[in-house]
Amino acid sequence: MRSSEAHPLTRWIPLRRFLAQSWVLGLLGLVTVLLFWFLATASGAVDSLFLPSPHVVWQAGQSQWQSGLLVKDAVASIQRVFIGFALSAGLALPMGIAMGSNLTICRLLEPLMALIRYMPAPAFIPLLIIYFGLEELPKVLLIFIGTFFFNTLMIMDAVKFVPSELVETALTLGGRGLPILTRVVAPYIAPQVFDTYRINMASAWNLVIVAELVAANEGLGKRISLAQRFLRTDDIFVGLIVIGLVGLTIDLGFRFLMRKACAWAN
Amino acid sequence: MHLQVSAVCKSFGYGSNAKQVLDTINLDLHSGQFLALVGSSGSGKSTIMRLIAGLDRPSSGEIRFDGQLVRGPGAERGMVFQKYSLYPWLTAAQNVAFGMELQGRSRAEIRERTAYFLEVVDLVDSARLLPRELSGGMQQRVAIARALAAEPKLLLLDEPFGALDLQIRESMQEFLYQLWQRTGLAALLITHDLEEAMLLAQQVHILAPRPGRIVRSIALPSDRSNLAHLRVSPAFLELREDLARTLRSLDGALVS
Repeated sequence: MRSSEAHPLTRWIPLRRFLAQSWVLGLLGLVTVLLFWFLATASGAVDSLFLPSPHVVWQAGQSQWQSGLLVKDAVASIQRVFIGFALSAGLALPMGIAMGSNLTICRLLEPLMALIRYMPAPAFIPLLIIYFGLEELPKVLLIFIGTFFFNTLMIMDAVKFVPSELVETALTLGGRGLPILTRVVAPYIAPQVFDTYRINMASAWNLVIVAELVAANEGLGKRISLAQRFLRTDDIFVGLIVIGLVGLTIDLGFRFLMRKACAWAN
Repeated sequence: MHLQVSAVCKSFGYGSNAKQVLDTINLDLHSGQFLALVGSSGSGKSTIMRLIAGLDRPSSGEIRFDGQLVRGPGAERGMVFQKYSLYPWLTAAQNVAFGMELQGRSRAEIRERTAYFLEVVDLVDSARLLPRELSGGMQQRVAIARALAAEPKLLLLDEPFGALDLQIRESMQEFLYQLWQRTGLAALLITHDLEEAMLLAQQVHILAPRPGRIVRSIALPSDRSNLAHLRVSPAFLELREDLARTLRSLDGALVS
């Protein structure tokens, strides 16, 4: 082949290849937003009280980091999410499998769960505070309530779509009861379960912030509501960005786990 | 081994919606025999298979296996489904080992028998591949090896090659026939492919549809030294045409 100037179409091939890599455009989108943010604040078009400049937000983040507040808040929020979500995920798995594989249990519980699922979890906050006060328990329970029913129903659906041939093959090979659930149903639904958890983890993050906005001593949501009281929009931005980053990290973690554990499904 | 199907009827649904799919089916099958059921769709042939496997219950009549009433599925009646029955997360070898693990056999025995049956179906080189990495014919060979490894007394084959290309199907028929000769297993084959049934089985039952019932039974000559030759021998072709006419007259559809 001759040099790249030879034909107008071949000249752009390296650039196209570069753009075809999935992360390039993603990064471009991010940089564009940052650029607009910078321009909007640097030009003075927007009041800095409403929109602090990237630089100011970075400094606010640094000072929160140095004082140890950032880590303390993040750890408090992450801990709540993990305890609440672990409870929800741990109970939803056997519950979803039971409902998906047993018609009686399904008919008994599905209408009830479908009803509760549509009650917005934050609406339970007043009750939870009355029952359990302002400590950790009501926050953890809020995350549980907000994700348990979705987790269960999505796992139930995954179980219902296990091909009957796979179960019947195990039966004709001498399989019975529990081993069929653990060795056929569970591995088959594993990819969907990971995905269910990944999706509902996002609601868990929403809820922990909501819970902390209402009542908490520390946590990323608490920091945001405090910052609002003092009109510290830079601190609010720090909180928002950190919440986003932690959430994204967890999301990627689930994707990674799924790729490792369910290579057969890719 | 003795399988006895006596006056079995099967209906689905209740009351005025009830639909009879099987009408007074009688079958007998002994060790070492190869029996085939041929019928078009609607002849209830898969239903018969499921009843014998214990995956469904007859509405009336009874099925006995070695004198015992069949009440559910069991490892002594192994089954090979038409498709989609390999566990996609297990390798070929793990699929073969699966039934033996369910039965709680020892590790050493499982390893030994897995290696043996992979060799029987000529898939030693593919032992570590996942099902999606195997061709359709290879997948069915794994399914057959898995069924055999669980040591059934009767092998139920539900259109095992129905989803395969014609050429692969012919080589799989050869393979299955040789396997049956070597193992001396009792086998029951369900198929809509008349030639397949006639090549493999010693006895063929023709089923009529709606409701499914046996209308004709033929014993086949036992000389099968060369299946490819048999396929085109005049006597074989004549009998095939005769049976095909019977099938055509049953539902008016074209059957090759």
